[in-house]
Amino acid sequence: MRVLKIAAVSAAAVMVLAACGEAPDEETTEGGDNAATETDDVAEDTEAAGPDNSDFKACMISDAGGFDDQSFNQAAHSGLTAARDSLGITIADAESNSDAEFAPNIDAMVQQDCNFVIGAGFLLEDAIQAAAEANPDTNFGLVDSGFSDENFAPVEIENAKPILFNTSEAAFLAGYLAAGMTETDKVATFGGLPIPSVQIFMDGFSDGINKYNEDNGTAVELLGWDKEAQNGSFANSFDDQSQGAALGEQFISQGADIIMPVAGPVGLGTASVAEGTDTKLIWVDLDGFETTEYGDLILTSVLKEIGSAVEGAITETVEGSFTNEPFVGTLENGGVALAPFHDFEDAVPQELKDKLAEYEEMIISGELVIESPNAP
Amino acid sequence: MTESNTPAPESTPEQPASSPTADRGEDPRSGSAILRQIVGGDVVISILAIIIALVIGAVLIAFADEDVADSISYVFARPSDFLGSAWSAVSDAYIALFRGAIFDFQADTFNRAVRPITESMTFATPLILAGLGIAVGFRAGLFNIGAQGQIIVGAIVAAYLGFAFDLPPVLHVLLCVLGGALGGALWGFIPGILKARTGANEVIVTIMLNWIAVYLVAYVLTLGKFNASGTGLRSPQIGPNAGYPSLIPDFLVPGNTFRLHWGFVVAILATVFVWWLLERSTIGFEIRAAGANPHAARTAGMSVGRITVLTMVIAGTLAGLAATSQVLVDGGSLTAGVAATYGFDAITVALLGRSKPLGTFIAGLLFGAFQAGGTLMQSVTSTPIDIVFVVQSVIVLLIAAPPLVRAIFRLPDPDASPKKVRATTKEAAA
Repeated sequence: MRVLKIAAVSAAAVMVLAACGEAPDEETTEGGDNAATETDDVAEDTEAAGPDNSDFKACMISDAGGFDDQSFNQAAHSGLTAARDSLGITIADAESNSDAEFAPNIDAMVQQDCNFVIGAGFLLEDAIQAAAEANPDTNFGLVDSGFSDENFAPVEIENAKPILFNTSEAAFLAGYLAAGMTETDKVATFGGLPIPSVQIFMDGFSDGINKYNEDNGTAVELLGWDKEAQNGSFANSFDDQSQGAALGEQFISQGADIIMPVAGPVGLGTASVAEGTDTKLIWVDLDGFETTEYGDLILTSVLKEIGSAVEGAITETVEGSFTNEPFVGTLENGGVALAPFHDFEDAVPQELKDKLAEYEEMIISGELVIESPNAP
Repeated sequence: MTESNTPAPESTPEQPASSPTADRGEDPRSGSAILRQIVGGDVVISILAIIIALVIGAVLIAFADEDVADSISYVFARPSDFLGSAWSAVSDAYIALFRGAIFDFQADTFNRAVRPITESMTFATPLILAGLGIAVGFRAGLFNIGAQGQIIVGAIVAAYLGFAFDLPPVLHVLLCVLGGALGGALWGFIPGILKARTGANEVIVTIMLNWIAVYLVAYVLTLGKFNASGTGLRSPQIGPNAGYPSLIPDFLVPGNTFRLHWGFVVAILATVFVWWLLERSTIGFEIRAAGANPHAARTAGMSVGRITVLTMVIAGTLAGLAATSQVLVDGGSLTAGVAATYGFDAITVALLGRSKPLGTFIAGLLFGAFQAGGTLMQSVTSTPIDIVFVVQSVIVLLIAAPPLVRAIFRLPDPDASPKKVRATTKEAAA
């Protein structure tokens, strides 16, 4: 009885509250209708103006992070939605909550006739590979990882395209900049997990520092990564910010005044301990000045344009020029880049800026090649 | 159904009797009394809980839908829009759920049409096995929260035996299954012996062992043979003979792509075994006696400590078998996420199944179907798969609160059912 009464009272309350909103309802209705028609028109216009590829379906499967992770998956997904807007294609997406859901999710996408199925992340490699082999008529893409056989030797698959990033090129510039900006002659970096797509940042960073030392006869030291030994500091996590704080404190106490965390949100922990000290950060993947609340600490960011790479791969497939050749983001094609210095624009000497521009030119022209065992 | 209906009229005259009050006065403080209440609930409550959860799920689906959100702003001006879009959102989602879980009537081929039910069974296999482990613990009065860790350790052992050795067919998979079961049993034995010897609370010990297992697998993946990829994220794949063979042979459904494997048969066998164990064997009698009243069991000459250890080992073994259904598949390997959330879902499954073997089996199938259907629902209607978790969670919530379900459907309170009274009298006598 009591439950019924409560239900009745709440229902009445809802009715009353809703009725309050009834007066402007008429207008809203019209407005709403107009808006709806307008949106329809707009949609039609875009379709008429842009290419109409609504019969092409691009689909994406996340890893366990989900599409709202403010990081990797989200960046990949933004590429998918950008492709929908620019190409007028149909899209579908599915989030995986565990590793066991990768294969069923991919299968569900293939079953609803997706033309291009993209997996976000290294962990989906096996599942995408198996699906690509089982469904030769569908094209597949994999962000941030190539394919390998059971002995981990790289393989090529006819209908699957790896989307990779040669981030060492941009990280080289970041390393050069860091070496030029440090006052303690010590800079540091650490990774999330020891995987190639993380270590490649650290390799480039290391090379940039060495180059600066070579050019200027300085002895700037890098903490947290030994490129020769491929060995260094890792948070062993992409989400545990306390690890980032602990590593940050350790580096600061060792005298480092510029730190590059290559660990997604883990770096926020580092930023929190860097606040109030003279320590500066170099962010990765996205422009940390815009995406984090620690903009005043961020010297620059090593950008990895996952979204535009995904969009590019989709565009290529829509245009019928799909190849299984890996897409590799470089400084040349804008797949990787060094972000603006924002607050530090004036602090960076013009001489150093010129030098960075010069090296960027040299990397783009192929005159300078950044070697890395983790390079795609 | 009949079970639940018959006691109701009989219970009314006994309500003024003091026994239920006495029951309430002394028992609810102990965990085993809560367990007994959960276990003693009837099938009707479970079914009603599922129905309520699906209704709540429907409301959430409707409100998560964009068309519904648009039309609700002028619901009074044109309610048909709102109702229509809400109905289509909900029905589309639940139809997709059905198509993904039971039978895909829109499929082109017979293979694709019947595949969903096999997917449900595949998803159900680890839930059933781990759920049985939890159920055995519940019957012995043990809150075993450690299935997650037991699955992980079972998976480590099974995967290692799978990729490190190369043995002939049948033999290899049997070895791996055995290894997985032993790994789980070991992780069950630890809290069992701690509880038996020192009285350490099994809830706390198993939760802590879960975390130890989580970090253990992350560490193991960075070691020599496990880390052939150099990434520390994935072990090598298991050998070709180490996987469970496909359950449905090619000649039955030609060209089938079913993932369903013999692990499901293991789940069926385990269900039968647990039924036999609990209902027919001496050990099972002791387990139930210890669960009903450990003091009485001790007075009757049973070693409660031995029963505790044995129960935890059995529970761990079953969780280890659940691990084998994940690792010992075609191209299977060990990852840090190998156990997904099966260890915790299994608790739900055991609760929903009233800690009865058959009930757990059916509850496992239901949750497997939710998983399989949720996958398709998400990709076809872009309904967030989280709705499925909400539905599952509401089911648990309602099962843990039978009075709420009874209030909603105005069912009689079975607290005074003759069964309960008789149990209390027996305890009092003891």
